[in-house]
Amino acid sequence: MTYKRKDGRKLDELRPISAKVGVIPNADGSAIFQSGKTIAIAAVYGPRKMHPQHQQDPTKGKLRCTYNMMSFSVTDRIRPGINRRSTEISKITEWALDPVLMLENYPNKVVDVFINIIQADAGTRCAGINAAAMALAHAGIPMKNIVTSVSAGKMDKTLVLDLDKYEDSEFKEGEGSTDIPITMTPDGKITHFQLDGKISAKQLNEIIDMAQKACKEIYEIQKKALKDSIEEKQ
Amino acid sequence: MERKSIIPGEIVVEGEDYLPGEGTEKRDNKIYSLRYGLAEETNKLIKIIPLSGVYEPRRGNVVIGKVEMLTHNGWVMNIGSSENGFLPLAEVPRYVNKDEIAEVMDIGDLAIVKIFSINSRGIDVTLKSRGLGKIDDGLVFEINSNKVPRVIGKEGSMIKLIKDETKTNITVGQNGKILINGEKIEDELLAKRAIEHIVEKSFISGLTEEVTKWFKENASRDVPQNKELEGKK
Repeated sequence: MTYKRKDGRKLDELRPISAKVGVIPNADGSAIFQSGKTIAIAAVYGPRKMHPQHQQDPTKGKLRCTYNMMSFSVTDRIRPGINRRSTEISKITEWALDPVLMLENYPNKVVDVFINIIQADAGTRCAGINAAAMALAHAGIPMKNIVTSVSAGKMDKTLVLDLDKYEDSEFKEGEGSTDIPITMTPDGKITHFQLDGKISAKQLNEIIDMAQKACKEIYEIQKKALKDSIEEKQ
Repeated sequence: MERKSIIPGEIVVEGEDYLPGEGTEKRDNKIYSLRYGLAEETNKLIKIIPLSGVYEPRRGNVVIGKVEMLTHNGWVMNIGSSENGFLPLAEVPRYVNKDEIAEVMDIGDLAIVKIFSINSRGIDVTLKSRGLGKIDDGLVFEINSNKVPRVIGKEGSMIKLIKDETKTNITVGQNGKILINGEKIEDELLAKRAIEHIVEKSFISGLTEEVTKWFKENASRDVPQNKELEGKK
């Protein structure tokens, strides 16, 4: 009952990944993250003064994420600007990143993260979170750890890792497909977990184990990209 | 321990006798990094040298600020940090008529100021110290504030070298804004190019020698591109 993937990957194999920091000179921190055909760019500004003023928090700094898909990122042009989906993903990204950030010493300030998807092939929120985590570190924001995100899922009854566009939305056999984006720290603490669909508790445990393994791989790539940006100048 | 690149959440060293310094945290006898940069150890104290990020003002810093707003009792200045600095009338070492505050400094004017207090209400700056004052002429440009220690060098060795080589007077603000004053514009531009070279090469060891060499190679004061002249205020 094994499913053969269209691109010839193994069931628990990631798409080829590349990452780089310092891609936007004007930003305080920036990163690009590519996973297969999905490309996300993140730019970090701040800590800077929070505007509008009524959103200021005098006890701690805040994180503000903006997720945006470029109009040309998908085959059919999408209407530019914020929509229901991008608003949700912006919020989700904030929640995924916030637990590792240490913004206590920046009252009334905001750290702005802008994520732009320039090419989409499923897993855009995961690519966005990975890019944002690298960009935040690159901006010198104090943080407990870096987070890593990956999507795992189920196609009919088979568990697969890192679904692409076809596997995520065009696959309709049997039970169809369910994808589960998960974000975690390298030591396995989960900061974000999304699931809409049906899955058994047993399979869910397997998915988390699979994601954990994949996150370790992605973390090494994030780490290498950050360190390379220092070392290539040395 | 040699300096090594480090990312947040990474273990810098393990061992009971190490102490956590700036940008680090101790958990279960392990020193964890909280920032991205270079880890350095001095007498068992571990600290992280940040390489990026916005300027964080500290008390006593001399910075170059720009007047953003005039109020009835002072000036609001942009000092490149997330919070604006305030220069009260009383911190100007001369008599100022309250109604003619703009005649002393107007919006857009630059000044070398010193941060004398940081509290929850904001940042206060002063003009009452040697070397401070309004900037009337010269070349002002900006570098990443994290590179300022490299430009100044150990006990000011680097900045002294540039001053001697270019025969200019240079003020480096801790916020990364730099003022160069020279007899000729060519001298000022040479000093600017030298500083930009330092920023680019800021990672290598033996930077002072490298810059001495650079001056030998670039001793001619030819301006490579005419557009650099537009930087002159």
